[in-house]
Amino acid sequence: MKIQTTRFGNIEINKDEIIYFEDGILGFEDIKKYVIFEMEDSNPLMWMQAVNEPSLAFVIIRPFEFRKNYTLNLSDKDTEELELESAQNTDIFSIVVVPDDPSKMTANLQGPIVINTKKNIGRQVISTNSKHKLKHYIIKEMQEKKEHDQRGQ
Amino acid sequence: MLVLSRKINESIIIGDDIEIVIVEMKNDQVKLGIKAPRSIPVHRSEVYEEIQLENKKASENQNKLTGLGNLFNKIKNNKKD
Repeated sequence: MKIQTTRFGNIEINKDEIIYFEDGILGFEDIKKYVIFEMEDSNPLMWMQAVNEPSLAFVIIRPFEFRKNYTLNLSDKDTEELELESAQNTDIFSIVVVPDDPSKMTANLQGPIVINTKKNIGRQVISTNSKHKLKHYIIKEMQEKKEHDQRGQ
Repeated sequence: MLVLSRKINESIIIGDDIEIVIVEMKNDQVKLGIKAPRSIPVHRSEVYEEIQLENKKASENQNKLTGLGNLFNKIKNNKKD
């Protein structure tokens, strides 16, 4: 099927790629269907595009790209809503804010997006880990992670 | 809204299994202890508002981000400008 987007024009998606967010995401509760895709030349950033709302799209990134030892504890309620039976079928993303100076882009680890990749169910959860903040400077943390990984070699 | 007065170490019960205890009062701050089943999420209410705001900000980005990959390649390749 084809969907309309403001940024990317009409794009072709597979119906089974659609991720359903029962509760939407915070502030966008009525918008339930998204697709996630990569864009050439902006890796590891990805896009989460609303299927029925051409102008609504979020930049996202997997936390482990910039964060050392990232783990997330899900509440029973979240696990239930996501219909997760094991951690195996999960993918976690963090929503990114890109300011005028992109090197200062930040990722929100306090409200990550968790996806059940088997059932294509998504949910914005709230992390109870006090180290997970609203704004993590991606480039800075990525550099630190790289230095850390190199020391470990 | 129901308003109740409580003293330190006194509590209120909501439903069958949620208890809120007044643990400490200092200056203009109250410390609450919350006993609830793990299935009940408990968060400071600002958290929801802050995440909402952050989502809104993230949605306002109209840029396609083409070329941003370079920022990351620099780190991966350890290049210095």
